[in-house]
Amino acid sequence: MTQARTMTDGGYNFAYLDEQTKRMIRRAILKAVAIPGHQVPFGSREMPLPYGWGTGGIQVTASIIGLADVLKVIDQGADDTTNAVSIRRFFARTAGVATTQATEAATIIQTRHRIPETVLKDDQIIVYQVPIPEPLRWLEPREAETRKMHGLADYGVMHVKLYEDIATYGHIETSYDYPVLVNGRYLTAPSPIPKFDNPKMHEMAALQLFGAGREKRIYAIPPYTRVESLDFEDHPFAAQTWDARCAICGAGDSFLDEVITDDHGGSMFVCSDTDHCGRRVADGHRGDGE
Amino acid sequence: MMDGAAILDAPLLSARGITHSYGARIGCRDIDFDLWPGEVLGVVGESGSGKTTLLNCLSAQMMPSSGKLTYRLRTGDQADVYALTEAERRMLMRTDWGFVHQNPRDGLRMGVSAGANVGERLMAVGARHYGAIRDQVTDWLGRVEMDLERIDDLPSQFSGGMQQRVQIARNLVSGPRLVFMDEPTGGLDVSVQARLLDLLRGLTNDLGLSAVIVTHDLAVARLLSHRLMVMRRGEVVEQGLTDQVLDDPQHAYTQLLVSSVLQT
Ligand SMILES: Nc1ncnc2c1ncn2[C@@H]1O[C@H](COP(=O)(O)OP(=O)(O)OP(=O)(O)O)[C@@H](O)[C@H]1O
Ligand SMILES: [Mg+2]
Repeated sequence: MTQARTMTDGGYNFAYLDEQTKRMIRRAILKAVAIPGHQVPFGSREMPLPYGWGTGGIQVTASIIGLADVLKVIDQGADDTTNAVSIRRFFARTAGVATTQATEAATIIQTRHRIPETVLKDDQIIVYQVPIPEPLRWLEPREAETRKMHGLADYGVMHVKLYEDIATYGHIETSYDYPVLVNGRYLTAPSPIPKFDNPKMHEMAALQLFGAGREKRIYAIPPYTRVESLDFEDHPFAAQTWDARCAICGAGDSFLDEVITDDHGGSMFVCSDTDHCGRRVADGHRGDGE
Repeated sequence: MMDGAAILDAPLLSARGITHSYGARIGCRDIDFDLWPGEVLGVVGESGSGKTTLLNCLSAQMMPSSGKLTYRLRTGDQADVYALTEAERRMLMRTDWGFVHQNPRDGLRMGVSAGANVGERLMAVGARHYGAIRDQVTDWLGRVEMDLERIDDLPSQFSGGMQQRVQIARNLVSGPRLVFMDEPTGGLDVSVQARLLDLLRGLTNDLGLSAVIVTHDLAVARLLSHRLMVMRRGEVVEQGLTDQVLDDPQHAYTQLLVSSVLQT
């Protein structure tokens, strides 16, 4: 665990955003929680990071974080990538909060691409950085029309995409940002997490918040909410599986990344969730990669 | 044609006083007619006479400035079309109705395969078995005489005539009772047109479809429609059985229309 309790510097307000902006964002969050899966517009602010670096997630985190919080930031499951490190540093500097890499020690987890393997608890909040919040956008470019489709729960067309997958590949090929129906009502984009993580969203104990900076949208899935992945009766939803186990910790039930090990096409599979993998190793688990 | 036995006691679609203006310009004015089950109504008239405006009002793609449209649902209930909720209207349009656009790009999703285009309505009303959807799609592509090898190709790779066939299958797959067509063979080569017209005539006959077909081509009207409405400057100047109107036109404008066709 890294402790970074520097005080706010550079004359910024706590957690960078001014209090009025935070209140505006919190109102959007409250509305989002009240209407699970529904995208709520908000007045997204310029952040000292470019879009695509998680400005939506950062604004959500900035609006909910308090001095007592402990923040974890992951990118592709890892805590030590550039993006994760700079966001963690940003909050350590502007809010002076404690940060951690340990999933169970965090009160807020900001993420891009993954949900931690460790089951989240009801005193935690997970904040997703979302590039494209509108799951219908790929087939309907008009915002007025997608809003109407949400209003009428007119979602049949979403299956056209899955149909197209099966027609082309023989199975549902969509493996990231796999569309879900939240609480039996709103069609929602889970952000670019692998479909491996979709089942974790279902009835999750933690509050799930989603922030899209460029698109200026916030949405939420309250704790213990039904989240169903769309599918066909004869092609049911199935998460990714691997023939391999993690070469480092031997885990057979985690999301694995393939890592190239040499110039001769050699590779091995390792946990994408570095915290999970590290803890398993600390507990004495071993893979057969080293 | 309509034979007495097949006709139920109420029209399928009843239009009364349909009027639409674009600001000061009249699109169509005071249109009244009844469309009976199994009947194909042709709407002819020169460019700008209001055919498309009327068709868009009848198919509820557009709300007219005034007028009333009544549709008899499968349940036998009369629906006041312009008073339906958006959800009811959408449901009607994707189950009981079809709309074939002149330009297939307006009626197809160009970004997904022919099969997905045809299957969309089924999925939109809740079909969730891929195999069953695929079977129905295949069946319909066959009925519009598409090469089944092309089922997974994008419509953009098809000729205009093929795109039109996909558009027709996409509409008919839900088993609609009423289909609107705006110049369905416009913009196609004459030979392609002829084959498509044959297909359309066969389908409307076999399925007992009711249809409103807009065309400026009297030959198309004669081939497809049982009854004809002649429009000029937004108004209907003459209507009646197709053969009667074309062979023995009463209104001076219809006479001109018919004779100018004979001249070309
Ligand atoms: N969107 C619009 N805005 C303003 N005026 C319009 C609009 N659409 C049609 N009009 C006018 O309404 C009248 C009827 O047009 P409409 O398109 O219905 O005719 P049409 O019979 O379908 O013609 P065509 O055979 O050329 O397709 C014309 O005077 C036309 O200029
Ligand atoms: Mg027209």
